[in-house]
Parts: sequence; C-alpha cells; structure tokens
Amino acid sequence: MKILVCMKQTFDTEAKIGLDSSGKINRQGVSLILNPYDEFAVEEALRIKEKHGGEVTVISAGNPEVQDALRQALAMGADKAVLISSEMEEIDEYTTATILAKAISGMEYDLIWGGFRAVDDGSAQVAGRIAEILGIPVVKMVNQVEVGENKAVATCEIEGGNEVIEVSLPAMLTAQKGLNEPRYPSMKGIMQAKKKPMEKKSLADLGMDVAQVAPKVKALSFFMPSPRAAGKIIEGEVPEAATALVKALREEAKIL
Amino acid sequence: MAKGIWVFVELRDGKIKKVTYELLSAARKVADQLGEELCAVLPGKGVAELAPALGEYGADKVYVAENEALENYTTDGYTNVVAALVKEYQPIAFLMGYTARGRDLAVQVAQRLETGLMTDCINVELENGQLIFTRPIYAGKAFTKVACPEARPIMATFRPNVLPVGAPQTGKTAEVINVSASPGDIRQIIKDIVRQVSTRPELTEADVIVSGGRGMKGPENYVILEALADVVGAAVGASRAAVDAGWVPQSMQVGQTGKTVSPVLYIACGISGAIQHLAGMGSSKCIVAVNKDPEANIFKVADYGIVGDLFQAVPILTEEFKKLLASS
Repeated sequence: MKILVCMKQTFDTEAKIGLDSSGKINRQGVSLILNPYDEFAVEEALRIKEKHGGEVTVISAGNPEVQDALRQALAMGADKAVLISSEMEEIDEYTTATILAKAISGMEYDLIWGGFRAVDDGSAQVAGRIAEILGIPVVKMVNQVEVGENKAVATCEIEGGNEVIEVSLPAMLTAQKGLNEPRYPSMKGIMQAKKKPMEKKSLADLGMDVAQVAPKVKALSFFMPSPRAAGKIIEGEVPEAATALVKALREEAKIL
Repeated sequence: MAKGIWVFVELRDGKIKKVTYELLSAARKVADQLGEELCAVLPGKGVAELAPALGEYGADKVYVAENEALENYTTDGYTNVVAALVKEYQPIAFLMGYTARGRDLAVQVAQRLETGLMTDCINVELENGQLIFTRPIYAGKAFTKVACPEARPIMATFRPNVLPVGAPQTGKTAEVINVSASPGDIRQIIKDIVRQVSTRPELTEADVIVSGGRGMKGPENYVILEALADVVGAAVGASRAAVDAGWVPQSMQVGQTGKTVSPVLYIACGISGAIQHLAGMGSSKCIVAVNKDPEANIFKVADYGIVGDLFQAVPILTEEFKKLLASS
C-alpha cells in the first residue's frame, strides 16, 4: 500500500508569540516542530504500513528549514520525503493545497493522511482542499481507523459523539488527537533518516508559477490580545472563600 | 454580479443550532450596510417547516434543499448540493459555523469554487466597502485581520458562542424558496452514529465550563466537577495533562491541541495554566481558578482565584450555587 502524509512545520505549542518591528508574527528564536496532528498522521501511516506492507512518503511545501520536520518523519520510519520549495511571501490554504495536489497528482497513492489542522493557523483546510482537487473522498477528524484492501472504516469526532464512516480507497483521512500515541524516533532511525531520499522540487519543476497559486485570502494586520486585567485572590479559608466567590460572581461580575 | 449574504443553517437532531442565529445576527448587520439581502441555506430531509421562522433572526429568504439523501450530513452530499446552489445564485459572502460540520463543508465548497475561506473568525466588519474578518492564530495567542479581496463568494466560518444573537422579531417570516437538490454520488458511507448520552451542553457552545486538570488526581474524581456542572448547567472540560493521563476523553480537552472555548464563566480546577491551555480558554468572559499552588500560572489570567484544596472548595461551590440559584 502506498501511503502519503501531508505535513506542516509549525511553532512549538509552548512558544510565546510576539510581533516583530514590521507588525508581523516574530519568527526569530521560535523553536519549530512537526505539527502535532501531522505526527498522529505519520504514526498511523507507519502502523498501516507495518500491518499491510507498502511505503510511506511524507510531503510538505515551504522553505528549506521544513526539511527538519520531514527528517523527523523519516526518523520515525517513513521511507522518503518530498519538499516543494515555495518561498512565497504571501500564501494561503488555497496556495498550499494547489501546490501539494499538483505534486501528489504525479505520484502513486492508495491512501493520503494529513493532520486535521495545524496548531498555528488552525484553519483545517489544506487536506480537504487537496482531496477536492484530486477528486478523492475525504473523512476528517479520524480518531480510530481500520484499513482494508480497498477501503477504510474510520471513526471520527462530531459534536457530542462519533460517527463511523466507510470510504473506498484512494481517500484522504485527517488525524485527530487520540488516534494513536506517536513513537519517538530511535537513534537508529535518526541515523537511517539521513540516508533516506529527500526529493526537492520547485514550482517550476511542477510546471506551475507563482501567479497560478496566488492566495485568495490576504492578511491585513496582526495584533496581540489585550492582556487580562489582574484578577483577585479571594483570601481566607477555603469554605469562606468559596462562599465569597459565589457572591462576587453574582454581585460584582453580574453573572449567574 | 454577486449578490446577497448567505448563512448556512446547521441542524442537530432536527433543531437549529445556536451558532446559526449568531451568524444570522452578524450577517444581518453586514447585509444592511451593503444594502443586500440576507439568505439562509437549509439542506436536509423534512426541514422545510423550520424555514419561515429564520425570518425572526433576520433572514429575508431561505433556500430549502430537501432530499432523502440529506437526512444525515455527509461531506459529499452536502458539498454537492450547497456548491451547486452557490454556483447558481452567486452570493457575495457565505458564512458558516466553525463546528465539525461547518468546518468540513466550508472547506470543500470553498475549494470547489476556488475561493478563499477564513476559518474560526470572531468578528466581521465593513471597512471601505470591504469585509474584514478577525481570527485568532496560534489558538488565540495572537490575532489577524484578513480579507478576501477578489474571489467570490467570500467564505468564512465563525467560532460558536462569540457573536451576539439579536433579539428575535417575533412573527417575522422569511420567504421560502424550494430548490432542487442533487446530492450525487456520496462516497462517505455512514455505518454508525454514536451519540454520547449527555444532558450537558457542548463544550464549544456552553455558557459555563467547569474544567479539571492534573490536580484532579484521577478519573474517579471528575464526579465532583460533574455535580457542580449540573447545578449551573455547565459543560465539563479538561486540560491536556488530564487527557494525556487517560483520565478523560480527548473530546473534553480545552487548549491548543483541543477545543477553543469562550464561555461566560470558566471554572478551572487543579489546572496549572500552561500556555497551551490558556490559549484555548483565554477569551472566556470570566475566569475562576481553584488551585492549591499560589504561584500557578492560571492565577495570572483568573478574574477570581481561590488558593486551596479543590476537593474542599468544589463541593462548597456546588452547594453555594445551588442555594443561590434556588433563591433567584
């Protein structure tokens, strides 16, 4: 089974976010990680390969530093990586999906995975858009899956419950937290990853130009949330404090 | 020439979800400013009777797309029907809720129409004739203002529980337009739908959330949070620590790798306040923290804090809320 995993490199979830002098998100000194949801996707792809045999290819679009995230997936056990370099200043989900879908359309695949969203922009769009472009069915927020010869049966999260959905392959599935516990790359895996193929392609290699993938959505400005005013600690022993708190919520905060 | 502002009507168990009213209220203002009509889109089976009353929340027209195959939501069925409607009528903008359904449908429709989609928005305003949307990034650690200058329709999903619902204009009805619906080939076959039986509201829609973290010490202790939650009509949430320990399911997690919530009142019990948790609940209107560590980060964002044992404090809070609510 040939499995592809679409990945994104993101800021560490522990990262503090600030703006630089031009008013954009400051990227200086922020540690970068493989998007946690994509890590679940990579892990699941590896488990399916271990069960059914086959090959796992990880793919991402971005600048050269994205190689670190791809190498991490290779160290976990993926077989090869593809990096589409698209050093564009302004992109949106349409841009990324159009580029990745073009690259994928020239590859063989039975199943494609992606994280259900990225922890940076949280927009949960690229995987769904790729499926639409490729004309394959998509099932999102998968927290359990059984993959057979020609089909996948996926359990996915909906509000207040779960839904079990069957799709024929090839299909796109997106990983929700809870799907699995991703493995840590072993020392051997890390060493092997250095020798695994990392194919690099430009937009021109894909027969595309910047104008074709120009973003539909434009970011106009960025700003930080206004800091919350310092709250107050209700002093005293717990029973008195708890009683005083309920009173304050009603009389001061005017809620309840 | 694009015309009209559209809102997707989301149903759950045959009832209109609150986020739909939130969207209609916000879209009504925009439609008035632009001098456009506000239309609701209602796909489903046996849903036509819900349509006229959408007028009370501002809809001028409701496009009802009835079909057997639309009884349950499927990605393909709804995408095929909704995208075809958009192609035919060409609205200027199309808004949906940032819910499991809305988030799914909006992406597929946006790509089919090759347009832009702004997700998880918390505000929309008109500036020099352009719709400007505000959305959180990094789970609310920062915000960005975005626009879709050329592609149409402008698509956006909105976080539930943020936009205020306007007072309904009782008796005002919307014009109902029945349209033909062709769900086409639906490739997602629903095998089962498993609903958790709960009388509590959904996390993302709850006005009050009672949340527990590492300080809960184990899954068995969540009963005290549930007791408090049931007195105030709250949802129960959890921090990543509690989910990763396997005490409660992932669906309860609040934070950057869980749900982002904005209730009126958020009661954090035994939650230290890691940055990734604060990102998920920082937009709550009032935050209460109970933690025995006076240095806990959560106290930096809490409006009210109690330094002490949550196992002592929570049952007292439950009793006090019960008394208070009984007296009012």
